[in-house]
Amino acid sequence: MNLFTSTVGRKILMAVTGLMLVGFITVHLLGNLSIFWGADAINAYAKHLHDLGPLVWIFRLVMLCLFAIHITFGVQLYLENKAANPEPYAVQKTLVTTFSAKTMVFTGLIILAFLIYHLLHFTVQVTNPDISAHNLPLVDGHLDVFTMVVMSFQKVFIAIIYLIAMVALFLHLSHGVSSWVQTLGWSTGPSQDKVTALGKLVAIVYGLAYIAIPLFILAHIVK
Amino acid sequence: MNLTLHVWRQKGPQAKGKLETYQAKNVSPDQSFLEMLDEVNDDLIKSGKDPIAFDHDCREGICGMCSQVINGRPHGHEERTTVCQLHMRQFNDGDEIFVEPWRAKAFPIQKDLIVDRSSLDAIMQSGGYTSCHTGGVPDGNTFPIPKPVADYAMDAAECIGCGACIAACPNSSAMLYTSAKVAQLAALPQGKPEARKRVKAMTEALLAEGFGNCTNHYECEAACPKGISVKFIAKLNREYLKSMMPSSLGE
Repeated sequence: MNLFTSTVGRKILMAVTGLMLVGFITVHLLGNLSIFWGADAINAYAKHLHDLGPLVWIFRLVMLCLFAIHITFGVQLYLENKAANPEPYAVQKTLVTTFSAKTMVFTGLIILAFLIYHLLHFTVQVTNPDISAHNLPLVDGHLDVFTMVVMSFQKVFIAIIYLIAMVALFLHLSHGVSSWVQTLGWSTGPSQDKVTALGKLVAIVYGLAYIAIPLFILAHIVK
Repeated sequence: MNLTLHVWRQKGPQAKGKLETYQAKNVSPDQSFLEMLDEVNDDLIKSGKDPIAFDHDCREGICGMCSQVINGRPHGHEERTTVCQLHMRQFNDGDEIFVEPWRAKAFPIQKDLIVDRSSLDAIMQSGGYTSCHTGGVPDGNTFPIPKPVADYAMDAAECIGCGACIAACPNSSAMLYTSAKVAQLAALPQGKPEARKRVKAMTEALLAEGFGNCTNHYECEAACPKGISVKFIAKLNREYLKSMMPSSLGE
């Protein structure tokens, strides 16, 4: 089908899946921020998610599809574009493009690497079994997610991995968030600059909010 | 003024090219960049050497033949200017200037600074036209077109097809070039009947010719000598989405 092979079709796929992934990180961020309301808040949030049962698996399947489409076409388009532009100029100059736009595939792959680690760390809980919620004493009969998160981020090494990944996420979003407006044909000439600025602002807000969690724990503000 | 030029020299499509250095002496600030190159070529011819081959035609900024990347910028650093309209007063005595051809897989180098831009023609031939009956000139008011629509179409039609957008694009994508024609014709009543077919055919031709995909860098707009806006790319995307919707004709 055209959607999976044509140049605009794949661009639209990138935009739509990207937008849905932004939706996911929005919900994920709001849930995570409950850590600032204390152990009870985030543990209740974790329990609530667990209690969804089969819905969690449907959600995971959808997420897997979104990531698979976004990553496959992202890498494919990157390789095609590299092949279309094989020889560099002796004097290479860019005028308006940004570092984040030029590094989309790399920040994307950093986020993918992080995603795998993140799942092994907090979902499967195999990277640090000593502080995994499965091995921590239960609180009121529920898993103690709060203690797992706090003890994880008190380890400088783990906190740094998360900080690097969140910087990559910030860079990825600062091109991606405004890009879909153009790709779906919603931008008009005069709105262009405002959309770009708004996209960067969203990226900054998300970046800072996500970074705040490991940073505040590392600084022992949340304990 | 005196300048040092580093010019890409390449004997033919298969030959290996390299930058060669030339001195341009006593350059007048009132000369255009091409006139300056003409004089350098005069000296080369007089000393029995092969002159620098470059594309040019009207030399008044409307034909789209000039195709030189000057110090890393297509058509040089002056905004909304083609190489032929770039004047030497924009440079300073003693400047070092790098002159390179458009670079893209879809633009194979023919000789020195000349590239083959037939790929752009192939995109245009795939759908950049309207099919209409020939005959007498239609009456001026046969198709009522509101002024803002006419202006919009004219802004898109300003594209001279030089290929600077591709030369500037990190992906060597011809999306701005393609979108200018798609947007121009989609805006006008004469272009609407074939709008669905056109946007698909032209974007398919774009890939088939070896151009890259658009990833919204917007380098094209910044480099365009005619200031074609990337809003036309958004319009192309919109047209593409429309073409994906079911049609009452079952297209």
